Amino acid sequence: MAERSFHVARLPGFATMAVLVFIALYLPIFTLVAYSFNASNAVGVWGGFSLDWYAKAWANQQVKDATVRSLMIACFAALISTVVATMAALGTTRRQAFRGQTFIYVMINQPLMVPEIVTAVALMILFGLVKQATGIHGLGYLVLAHAAFCVPFAYLPIRARLEGMDLTLETAAADLYATPWQTFRRVTLPLLAPGMIAGAMLAFVISLDDVVITEFVKSGGQDTLPTYMLGQLRRQLTPEINAVSTMLLAVTVVLLTAFFLLTRKKD
Amino acid sequence: MSAAEENAVRRSARNGWLLSAPALVLLLAAAAGPLLIVLVYSFLSPGQHGNVVWDFSTGGWTGILWSKDIFTDEWVLADAHLTIFWRSVSLSLMTTAFTFILGFPTAWFIATRPPRQRALWLFLITIPFWTNLLIRTYAINEVLRKEGLINAVLLKLGVIEAPLDMLYGPFAIFVGMTYVYLPLMVLPLFAAIDRFDMKLLEAGYDLYASRGQVLRRVILPIVKPGIIAGSILVFVPSLGAYVTPRVLGGGKQMMIGNFIELQFLAGKNWPLGAALSMMLLIIVTVALLVYVRYANRDAGHG
Repeated sequence: MAERSFHVARLPGFATMAVLVFIALYLPIFTLVAYSFNASNAVGVWGGFSLDWYAKAWANQQVKDATVRSLMIACFAALISTVVATMAALGTTRRQAFRGQTFIYVMINQPLMVPEIVTAVALMILFGLVKQATGIHGLGYLVLAHAAFCVPFAYLPIRARLEGMDLTLETAAADLYATPWQTFRRVTLPLLAPGMIAGAMLAFVISLDDVVITEFVKSGGQDTLPTYMLGQLRRQLTPEINAVSTMLLAVTVVLLTAFFLLTRKKD
Repeated sequence: MSAAEENAVRRSARNGWLLSAPALVLLLAAAAGPLLIVLVYSFLSPGQHGNVVWDFSTGGWTGILWSKDIFTDEWVLADAHLTIFWRSVSLSLMTTAFTFILGFPTAWFIATRPPRQRALWLFLITIPFWTNLLIRTYAINEVLRKEGLINAVLLKLGVIEAPLDMLYGPFAIFVGMTYVYLPLMVLPLFAAIDRFDMKLLEAGYDLYASRGQVLRRVILPIVKPGIIAGSILVFVPSLGAYVTPRVLGGGKQMMIGNFIELQFLAGKNWPLGAALSMMLLIIVTVALLVYVRYANRDAGHG
């Protein structure tokens, strides 16, 4: 039966096209990674294997600072967005639908709908006014901006986890005279943890990758790794950018693989 | 409903709001709220060196289409702006169409794999989706440039004698956007095809339909919600694209996103930039509302 429906579903040329699409999807990324190991500094000429560009990137103070800044912002943004997203997920699932719930959904998903450039401009104006009024130019603005657009990404896996959770365990805890806080702390939270970790990882990746909003919100000397790269792309390119990109790619792929394994449905 | 039950429902709703409050405050402060400031700024007058003067003016909005001639002081259609809008819309439409042409067979291929393999193929589509947009755009730059992969291969094969000049222009932007937004087309298409009942194909063939007829008359109408979702997911970010045209367009070939940046960062005309941002937001909202209405109507049918 499976064999037969598979045959019916075959459309000529589709498989070939799909394989070509997958090759086209990965070939540019592999090229970029390959050139990061290139000994020659001309971008198009292969001069043998070398780790020089990694050493150069590592020795570059600007890259180092930008890396630390990116990681710090991503950590704080992931932490804040996961906490508020977990609370919102607890507030919007497993209870009778209430007035205004749609509004909450729309608000949470709003960063996914509004074009990034519009949010970037809006935050530049608002934070510009605040910076002028208070004279404070710290990284807090970037953390706040990142935390906000990370909320929907943290919210989705947490909500999915909550909806799939068995209510009977919590009922059982309550029947055994656990207080609501004890039930939450000892039953709900441990069950929810994988969803929260998954949400935090997505938020981290999204924050680490952001270019547009960071580019508009940052004050002078607050480059993150992506905005540093964007600035470099205007100049003479060297494989150093490939080395930085490859490192950033590696972090993303590792986190995504972990996310994939964490949220995989058991067969 | 008894009084006690009513009380419980009210308490549950209140807890729902309380628990959602921190997220709402964060989003109001750093995502949704600031949009109102942009709306206000679009109705102010431009300052001498950027910023705004607090005088009411509709100049930002009229400036979208018209500009004042410096010599005659007459309002004339701003050709340069129209060129940028046309480039943005046409490139976004082309990107949407092309991601569909490439994405449909891909989604179909994934959906017809045995269940065990399917997760892996989906994962392979998702990785580029989550990877840094800037890195992917830069990767396309590596492929298209004069000394890039395509030119190197074509030169070696003797197909061309001099390297092709593909970078910095609408073509490069189109290739780049198709590349970076393709996963956004494939994922909803896959979701739609995955729900598709393959028995319908058998029925179609049993009734002597050709492959083309089955594709046109059976498959496409049923997966239409997926096509619409994918098209909106690709069209919306394409229209507001900033990074891809900046890296692959080479500065001269702007799209709306870069045009907005120019108004703010070069200190040219903040109210015009704010009005352009609002216009972009309105177009996107209309597209989403059309989609929601369509999706609801469709859900009602079946």
